[in-house]
Amino acid sequence: MSAAEEHLHDHFADLEQQEVAARVGLWIFLASEVLLFAGLFMLYGAFRMEHGRAFHEGIEHATKTLGSVNTGVLLVSSGFVAYAVHALRTGQRSRAMLCTVVTIVLALVFLVIKIVEYAEHLREGIGPGGHGHFFAEHPDPGLAPFWTLYYTTTGLHAVHVFVGATVLSFIVLGMALRRVDEKTAYRLECGATYWHLVDLFWIFLWPLYYLA
Amino acid sequence: MTTTVVEPVADVHPPRRSPAAQRGESYLTAQRTVLSWLLTTDHKRIGILYLLTATFFLGLGGVFALALRLEHLTPGPGLMSPMTYNRLFTLHGVTMVWLFMIPSIPTAFGNFFLPIMVGAKDVAFPKLNLLSYWIYALGSAVVLLSLYLGGIDTGWTFYPPYASTSPTAVFWAVLGVFIIGWSTIITGVNFIATTHTMRAKGLRFMQMPLFVWAMYGTSVIQVLATPVLGLALALTALDHSFSWGTFDPARGGDPLLFQHLFWFYSHPAVYIMILPAMGVVSEVVSTFSHRNPFSYKAIAYSTFGIAFVGFLTWGHHMFVSGMSVLDAGAFGILSMLVAIFSAIKVFNWTWTLKKGAVSLRTPLLYVYAFLFLFVFGGMTGVAVATTSLDVHWHDTYFVVAHFHFIMVGGTLTAFLAALHYWFPKMTGRMYPERLGVLSAALVFAGFFVTFFPQFLLGNAGMPRRYYDYPAKYHSLHVLSTAGSWVLAAGMTLPLVYLTWSLFRGERAPDNPWGSRSFEWRTTTPPPKHNFTAQPEFTVGAYDYATDVDTAEEAL
Repeated sequence: MSAAEEHLHDHFADLEQQEVAARVGLWIFLASEVLLFAGLFMLYGAFRMEHGRAFHEGIEHATKTLGSVNTGVLLVSSGFVAYAVHALRTGQRSRAMLCTVVTIVLALVFLVIKIVEYAEHLREGIGPGGHGHFFAEHPDPGLAPFWTLYYTTTGLHAVHVFVGATVLSFIVLGMALRRVDEKTAYRLECGATYWHLVDLFWIFLWPLYYLA
Repeated sequence: MTTTVVEPVADVHPPRRSPAAQRGESYLTAQRTVLSWLLTTDHKRIGILYLLTATFFLGLGGVFALALRLEHLTPGPGLMSPMTYNRLFTLHGVTMVWLFMIPSIPTAFGNFFLPIMVGAKDVAFPKLNLLSYWIYALGSAVVLLSLYLGGIDTGWTFYPPYASTSPTAVFWAVLGVFIIGWSTIITGVNFIATTHTMRAKGLRFMQMPLFVWAMYGTSVIQVLATPVLGLALALTALDHSFSWGTFDPARGGDPLLFQHLFWFYSHPAVYIMILPAMGVVSEVVSTFSHRNPFSYKAIAYSTFGIAFVGFLTWGHHMFVSGMSVLDAGAFGILSMLVAIFSAIKVFNWTWTLKKGAVSLRTPLLYVYAFLFLFVFGGMTGVAVATTSLDVHWHDTYFVVAHFHFIMVGGTLTAFLAALHYWFPKMTGRMYPERLGVLSAALVFAGFFVTFFPQFLLGNAGMPRRYYDYPAKYHSLHVLSTAGSWVLAAGMTLPLVYLTWSLFRGERAPDNPWGSRSFEWRTTTPPPKHNFTAQPEFTVGAYDYATDVDTAEEAL
C-alpha cells in the first residue's frame, strides 16, 4: 500500500478528489459561520442606530489596551499557522508542528486576556442584560444593550477561539501520528483556514467594541 | 477498475426477470446486527434511520393535531385545559416543523438517493453524515425532554417578550431546536460538497437529475439560514434562563429584532420544506409520464430563483409588527416573485404530463394532490403578501390554512409520493397498488376537508391559537375536525400496508416503473457501494425524448 492509498477513504476515487471535497466542505461551512456572526452585526447596527451616544460611551469605557493586545496576539497566531501549512507542504513536519503549537499557545493567551477583561468589567458592576450596579449609576438606557452585545459577541468569538484551538490540537496530534503529513497537508490547511476566519471575525469586533 | 457505462436504455420496460437470481449482496444484507445500523456510515442506511425517526415524529405531531382538533369540536372547555391546549399547539408546531418537515425529504430520500443519482459511492463525508443523524436524535430527545418538564406554551415561533418570561420549559425546547440546527447545517454542507466533488465521470451539472438540483438549492438555504436561527434561539434561551435581555424591553432589548432574525431563517425554511418536495415531483412526473421534463433548465433555474428570493421575503410575516409602508410594499412584491418561480415549475410539470404517456400509479396520484394543494395554497399566499389583506388575515385561521396547504400539503403529499415511488428501490418489495390509491384519495380528501373550512373561519375572524370560539364558528370547526379523522385514516393506511409489504410484498424488479432516472439503473435494493462498478455517464438524467414513440407503444 502506497503512502497515498493509506490516507484515502474508500468512497473517493483518489486523494485529489478527497482533498477537493474537504476544501469545498470547509468553505461552505465558513459561509455558515459568517451568517452566524452576521446576525450579531445586525443587532449591533440596529442598537447603535437607536443608542448612538451610549455606544460611544461604552466604547470609551472598554479596555482599549487589552483589546488591542489581543488583536496583535491573534494576528501573530494566524501568521504562525500560515507558516505551518507552508512548512508541512515542503516536508518540514516538526517545524509545522512547532508553529501550530505556538498558534495554540497564543489562542490560550488570547483567552486568558479575555477572561481578565471580563473579570475587570464584572468588578466594575457591568454584567450582561443590565445586571450590576454600574447601570444604576449610569441610567442611559443604551448602555445595557451595548454591554449585553459586548458579552454576547466577544463571548461567542471566544467560544470559536476555543474550538479553533481544539481543532488545531487534534491536527497536531495527527501530525505526531503521521496521519497529517506532506501528502495530506490539506487537513492542516483546513484547520488553518478556520483559524483565519476566527481571526477575521476579531478584526471586525475590535473596532466595533474597542475603537470607535 | 471496471466501469459501467450508463447509456440510453433501449427497453423501457425491462423484462421481469427473477430478482432472487439477480440479487447479490445488497446494502440491507451486507451486515445484519443492530449496531451495524446504528453506527453505519452508509448513506442509504442513514437515510432509512432518518426516514423511520422522521415518520415517528410525523405520527407524534399528528396525534397532537388530532387532540387539538378534538378540543375544537365543541366551543368552550372540552377535552383539555387552556394551558394544555397552549402546550399542545406549541408542541404540534415544533414537532412538525423541526422534527418532521425540515429533515424529512432531504435527510431520508436525499441521503438515500443523492449519491446514487450522481453516481457516487457515498456522500463526501460519511462520518459527518452519521454524526448529523445522532445530533438530530439528540436534539429531538431534548425537545421531548421539554415535554416531560412541563411543555412550552409560546407557540412554535418562540416570540419574545413572552418567551423570555413564560414559566414553562422554554429553555429545553429552544435548546433542542438549536441542536437540530447543527444537524441541518452538517447535512447541507455534505450535500453541497457531494454534488460538487463526487459526481461520476461524464455527469455535468446540467445533466443531473432535478431532485439533485432541488437538494442542492435546499442545502444552500440550510447552510446560510440555519445559523441565524441558531443565534436567535441561543439568545432567546439566554433571555429566558439568565435574563440576558437581548430581546427583553425591560432590559433594554428589542423584541422586534427577534422577529427579524427568526423569520430571516423561518421564511427560507419554508423553502427547505418545499424545494425537496418539488424535486420529488419533478422525478415522479417525468417517470410516470415517460417523458423528459418539458424544460429541464427552467425547473433547475427556478429552484435557485426560489432559494434566492426566499431570503428577501421575511418581512411579510411582520406587516403588523411595526414596519414602514415602503418596507412592507417591497417585502410584499418580493414575496410575490416566489409565486412566479413556482408557477414556472407548475406549468412545466403539467405540460410534461400533457405531452406524456401517463401511467396513473400511487406516487403520481400523490403528485396530483400536491399540485392542487400547492397551487391553491400558493395563490392564497400571493393574497396574504398584499399588505392590506394581510392586516385583516394576520394571525387568523386564514394564515393557518394557507401555510398548512402550501407547506404541509406540499411536503406531506410529496413525502408520501416519494415513499411510494422509491419504496421498491429502498426495500426490494412492491406495495399494494389499490391500497396506495385509496390512501392517496383519503389523504387528499381529508386534507382538503380539514383545512379548507379554516380559510372561511379565518376570513370570518377566527384568530389562531385561541382556545375558545363563539358558537357561530361551530359548524366549520366540526367540519375541520371531521376532516382530520379522514386525514388520519389516510395516513395510517400506508403505515400498515407498507409495514406489511416490507415482509410480504411482491419482490420488486430493478426498474418497476420503466424509469430512465439513474437510481433505477442499479440493482434493487442497491449494493453496499451503490453500483457494482464505477459508473460512467454518457447521457443526462432524462433521455426519454430519443424515442417517445417506443414509450407510448410499450404502454
